[in-house]
Formats: sequence, structure tokens, C-alpha cells
Amino acid sequence: MSTLEILFYALSAFAIISAIMVLVSKNPIYSVLWLILVFFAISGHYVLLNAQFLAIVNIIVYAGAIMVLFLFVIMLVNVKQNSEPQKQMLVKFIGVLSGGSFLLLLVALVKQTVQLQEQNVLLKDGTIGLIHPLGKALFTDYVVPFEISSVLFLSAMVGAVIIGKK
Amino acid sequence: MTILSFDWAFVVEKLIMIAIIVFASLGIALYTTFGERKVAAILQDRPGPSRAGPFGLLQPLADGLKLIMKEEIIPTHANKWLFILGPGLAMTASLMSCAVIPWGTPIHVFGRTVELQIADINIGILYVFAVVSMGVYGIMIGGWASNNKFSLMSALRAASQAISYELAMGLALIALLMTTGSLSLKTIVEQQVTGHWWNIVYQPLGFFIFFVCAMAECNRTPFDLPEAENELNFGYHQEYSSMKLGFYLFAEYINMIMSSAIMASMYFGGYDLPFFDETTVAPNIAAMIGVGTLLIKIVLFIFLFMWIRWTIPRFRYDQLMNLGWKTMIPLALFNMLLTGALILAKL
Repeated sequence: MSTLEILFYALSAFAIISAIMVLVSKNPIYSVLWLILVFFAISGHYVLLNAQFLAIVNIIVYAGAIMVLFLFVIMLVNVKQNSEPQKQMLVKFIGVLSGGSFLLLLVALVKQTVQLQEQNVLLKDGTIGLIHPLGKALFTDYVVPFEISSVLFLSAMVGAVIIGKK
Repeated sequence: MTILSFDWAFVVEKLIMIAIIVFASLGIALYTTFGERKVAAILQDRPGPSRAGPFGLLQPLADGLKLIMKEEIIPTHANKWLFILGPGLAMTASLMSCAVIPWGTPIHVFGRTVELQIADINIGILYVFAVVSMGVYGIMIGGWASNNKFSLMSALRAASQAISYELAMGLALIALLMTTGSLSLKTIVEQQVTGHWWNIVYQPLGFFIFFVCAMAECNRTPFDLPEAENELNFGYHQEYSSMKLGFYLFAEYINMIMSSAIMASMYFGGYDLPFFDETTVAPNIAAMIGVGTLLIKIVLFIFLFMWIRWTIPRFRYDQLMNLGWKTMIPLALFNMLLTGALILAKL
């Protein structure tokens, strides 16, 4: 096993265990904190792929900003450990069914990648995840989708300002 | 076995670097508390700490000893794990930002060229940003786990303040990055060493915005709303005692040192001594001069922080938010547009 593989398996185990802890934690604050660890593990994977920019933006945006807002809401509404209302049997059953079928879908997708196992990824010089190639790709090849998504964000911001002014 | 096939000397070198920088920052932070009290004393026309040792120089050690010896109290209804995690996170986050600061030109030891920087990564500045946004968790978790209304209120204030001012800070930074064309702190400093001017000449407004936001991020007066004693008793660390309290207070001073180092590197040439050609002396001596220059710049910035703290009263909370959202962000956007227009006009 190479260093890369060891790191890959360690990070994967870290991510999966943290993700399970998000689900089984009774206290919502703990869930949020475990979720932050999941984001860190995923950022670690990005670093292994030499996508430093993606890794750090993942931490700034998801772990840094969005999760702070989650914590804000949970702390302010003060969700108690057992105050979550008990769900009915039918709702639980539907939940299990939909979750199970989604799992099936994922397993099917993973199975399709078996044929890719023997193939190597063509990385050229490995700089594709760094800022310069990324910025070039975003502002030349993908400029239209990039601008459209920025307009989407702008409209969301304007909406937030208008709601805030009321 | 290919597991261990990397350069172990490199690992040892980096570990030594990390140890030196962490302990040096702790030492400087220790004496910054002393400096803070002395500066306050001078500004208020009184002698300040003078009993412990010559000129009171042993005062920080006495303070530290006092904090360690005090009884540690964890409130009954506090969440024990998170209560302990809070100060640890605050401290870790503030120490982590030192990883990308270039402290000087490379030195030559035992035939090796040693970079005086822990990691020169492609995304240096963004790394600092990520670490700063992690620092908020230390305060939020500590404030919530204390199970005290005042602590929680103050933690929420601290978090919303940090988020608000991070935006303006990022926008001020974008203008700087437009002129430098690189995110690596090392490259930014090297450009200033070899170029004619420091970045402050090109980005005076950007520096002003960055400085104000850095003060807000460090929770320094006039932005120390999270610690407003007269409304919130003591702030997010109200329930803390002993060294856990010490960690929170220490983290604030380390944040101050790190933000001074980052401002010095980005706008004031980093380890560059003006009007002095580093190539005329031996590389090791040049590196030492560089480290000394950067340290002097850091001390000057810290003095500026203290001077402002003991001169200006604190804002009201709505004033703080108005300043952040309605003054700083539009100003930073204007600075960005201006920089863009100037870059275009030059072409």
C-alpha cells in the first residue's frame, strides 16, 4: 500500500464514521459538529486529488458558513434531546422504503463502475484542480453556465435584502 | 515497502519549524498581554504592572501561574465535552493560521535549504480564511455549552459579527489579489521585495477595510461586543475558569499576532527591509534580518491595535452591523471596481 492509499482509506473511514454519527446522534448540536467533520474528510479527499482550491472552498463555504447558520438556528430554537415528535408507523415505513430504494440506486451506480476499474485517469500534469486552470476553464469554456448561476445568486441576494427590509 | 518512502529529513525539518513557530507565538502572546497593560497604563497616565521583576517583566508569568493554579469549575448543567472542546478549538484555530506565513528568505543549514515557512500552498490566503471561519466555532460551542443565557447571546453576537466582517474582508482581499495575481503569500511578499513599491501604495483603501475587518475578527475594541461587560456580564467565556479561560484570552492575542503578520505580509512587504539590498549579505544573515523586520512590523501593528483599543469606546450593536453591511461592504465593492478599472486602463 502506498501512502496515498493509506490516506485514502483513512479519510474514507473517517468520513463514513462521521456521517453515521450525524445520523445516530440524539443531540442536534452533535449532529452538526459531526457533519463539519464529514466536510473536513471530503476536503481531505479533494487535497489527495490535488484540487486544493475546491478543498479550501468546501471548508470555507460548507464547514465555515453554512454550518454556522445551522448551529445558529439550532441554538436559538433550542431543540431539546427528546422533544422531537414521535413519528407514526406509516411515515417510518415510507421512510425506510424510500431510503432503501435510494440505496439500491447507489449500489447499482457503484456496480456500473466495475468496468472502469482497470482504466487509469488521464491527469495530464496534475494541475487541473489548481486555481489557474480552474479559473481559465470557468471563464472561457463554461462562461455561460457560470454567469447564469451568478445571476441566480444575485436574485437570491436581492430577495433576501427585500425580505430583510420589511 | 513503499509506505515510508518519503524524505524524513523534510518531515523533521517541518516539525521543528512548527514547534518553533508555535512556541514563539505563545511566548509573544504572553508578552503581548504585558504590552497591553503597559500601553494602557501609559495612555491612562499611570505606571501599570511594576512589582513582579524588573519593570514588572515577570508579570505575565505570574498571571499565567495564577490562571493554571485556579480551581477549574465546570457548571453542573453545562455540556461537559463541548465545554472543554470550545477553548481548545479557539486556540487550535488561531495557531493554525501561522502555517502559511512566510517568515523570511530561505536559510542554509547542514547543506539543506530550509524555507522559513511551514507550507507554501497554492491557496495561501484562502487557507487563512478557512481557519478564521473555524475560529467562530470555538466561541459558539463554548458559549452554548456553558448553558448560560449571557454566554449564548454573546456567542451569537460574536458569530454574526465574524460572518458580517468576513465578507468585507474577502472583498478587500479580491482587490489585492487582482493586482498580485497570486494567492500564495510567499509569491505576494516576493513581488513586493523585487518590485518597487509595497502593496499599500496600490491598495490604500483595501488595506483600511482589511484592517478594520481584522480588528472586528479579533474581537478587539471598538468591536468587542461579544465581551460587552455592561450588557452581557463578561461574554461568551463567563462560565469559564482557570486555564480554559486563559485559552480563550490567549487565543485573542494570538489572533492579533497572526492578523498583524498577515497584514504585514500582504500590504507592507512582509520580511522586506526597505532601502536595503538583501543580496549584499550572506543568505543566512539576510534571512535573520528578514525575520527581525517582520517581527518589528508585527509589533508595530499590535501597538496600533492597543492604541485604538484604549482610545475609542465600543460601538453599539446596531452601529456595528450598520458599519459592516452598509459602509464596509459597499466601500470594498467600490475599491474592487476601482482596482479593476485601473488595471484595465493600464493595459
